[in-house]
Amino acid sequence: MGTTFDLWKFTKSAAFYALVLFIVVVSVFPFYYAILTSLKSGTDLFRVTYWPTSLSFDNFRQVFTQGAFPRNLLNSVFVATVTVILALFLAVTASFALSRVRFRGRGLLLMTILAVSMFPQIAVLAGLFEVIRFLGIYNTPWALIFAYTIFTLPFTVWVLTTFMRDLPVEIEEAAIVDGATPWVIITQVFMPLMWPALVTTGLLAFIAAWNEFLFALTFTVSNETRTVPVAIALLSGGSQYEIPWGIIMAASVVVTVPLVALVLVFQRKIVSGLTAGGVKG
Amino acid sequence: MASIELRNIRKSFGAVNVIKGVDLEVRKGEFMVFVGPSGCGKSTLLRLISGLEDITSGEMLFDGKVVNALTPSKRGIAMVFQSYALYPHMTVYENMAFGLKLEKGHSKEAIRQRVEKAADMLQIRQYLDRLPKQLSGGQRQRVAIGRAITRDPKVFLFDEPLSNLDAALRVATRIEIAKLHEGMHDVTMIYVTHDQVEAMTLADRICVLRDGLVEQVGTPMELYEKPDSIFVAGFIGSPKMNFLTGEKAAAFNCTTLGIRGEHMLVKPDGIWEGEVIHTENLGADTYVYLEMGQEEPIVVRLEGAMQHPSGSKLRVSPMEDRIHRFDEAGKPIR
Repeated sequence: MGTTFDLWKFTKSAAFYALVLFIVVVSVFPFYYAILTSLKSGTDLFRVTYWPTSLSFDNFRQVFTQGAFPRNLLNSVFVATVTVILALFLAVTASFALSRVRFRGRGLLLMTILAVSMFPQIAVLAGLFEVIRFLGIYNTPWALIFAYTIFTLPFTVWVLTTFMRDLPVEIEEAAIVDGATPWVIITQVFMPLMWPALVTTGLLAFIAAWNEFLFALTFTVSNETRTVPVAIALLSGGSQYEIPWGIIMAASVVVTVPLVALVLVFQRKIVSGLTAGGVKG
Repeated sequence: MASIELRNIRKSFGAVNVIKGVDLEVRKGEFMVFVGPSGCGKSTLLRLISGLEDITSGEMLFDGKVVNALTPSKRGIAMVFQSYALYPHMTVYENMAFGLKLEKGHSKEAIRQRVEKAADMLQIRQYLDRLPKQLSGGQRQRVAIGRAITRDPKVFLFDEPLSNLDAALRVATRIEIAKLHEGMHDVTMIYVTHDQVEAMTLADRICVLRDGLVEQVGTPMELYEKPDSIFVAGFIGSPKMNFLTGEKAAAFNCTTLGIRGEHMLVKPDGIWEGEVIHTENLGADTYVYLEMGQEEPIVVRLEGAMQHPSGSKLRVSPMEDRIHRFDEAGKPIR
């Protein structure tokens, strides 16, 4: 009886860890292989190996010295950061209204916001292009910030509205009694309580803006204004018949590292249960 | 330090009328308790006074000035919520100082003094650096009260502040609130509860609400001795007043006869006879439940520990001068 029980338990946990291992390998392998490739040089690139054979940082050096890659990297940082700040500001204020202020057509507005997020990028590309030309921000980072904010807002607003709706009404009322204006309530009472939601949505908005390709390709034209996804795609080798895999992989690794770092840093900040204690638990 | 006057106050949420025309005066420095069954509109009325809800029609006056359109902070009120409603991310000190910081014009030192004074009053000074989640329920409620005191309000509003506390803590906090009122006798306090014991023990005057209307306003003893309706008679006092109808009431020339359990005597020649169906022994008192053919069993409150086995017969008489007689409309015959 005891042994069969243990055996079953062992099988279960073995199967569980096997599954975990499988998922980890599948999700991490492409990145691992990119790192591996970025450290190779010459014809080594075309030999399939699963362990590092040589250690050469040539590709990384080339990425940063050839062309406008550092500039592209800065563009990406700027575009993604501003998009996050803008989207969070608009979303926090909008979600306060949508979750706390009673007004006619609130439900319809929320549905409309959700509906906007259903349009595929390609469907609005032409129209958005016209708008951007009209605004005179074509081929500037602002074109991308504008486009990314539009596409990030529906999701951000929805998540924050749901989150804000769950914050106890009494806390808001206590603040009103204390003489707080809506702005004070948002910035001094709600925002600190919404850290987890802000970090999560902000991070997702950052990643989306960082990785976006189609808009970046369409709305920017010069090397100096491009963001990294486009820049990497357009990296070219010595001749048109050569694809510089090594450099492409090195660039990809460089581009991925900030995201990994951000997630790791903010993971600690995502503290749940921050509202515990204010209202009867 | 404000008298409050409500003139024909009404409140409706959509098609639902919650407050149906309330006229009420709360005197300066008075401790007024709103009491009533759930859904009677007592909390809504408090929120109308606070300014958290808009008044549908009628006038609200503080010290003779109409305040209908004023925000809560402009009215000079402070409120203690049932769920404490402390700011979870702020320490106790920051919680208490928040209102003063927003008011502007207070120096840091002045704020510190006022917070510490309030903290001393409530004996929470040692918790000033803690977060609400590190406090027990009773301590949190004291912080909530402290936050209200710090702002030095003209009117103090309590919305069922004790209902989240356990029984022992409830009694202790009740006594503290009573002491607080003695210490701040120029501050008008309005307190909402569904617990008539809290109402009786704390109030200068009680306002009994029923279905969006004021049923009766008076001192606790007035309500206890001279209820204006069957509803008030049944609501105030514990155990609940006994109501007898039919022949037993007709013998006293009324439709309903009300008599409190403590106003009945067990006598061999008692005019009513009933069968004991249950006995509750509370040590100091004994409640005996008698079946007398009425809608509900009749409760007799006897002093001391008594033994009356279930099934035995008992004869009781009401104290003649303690009888409450009501007509068909439920109004008293005096």
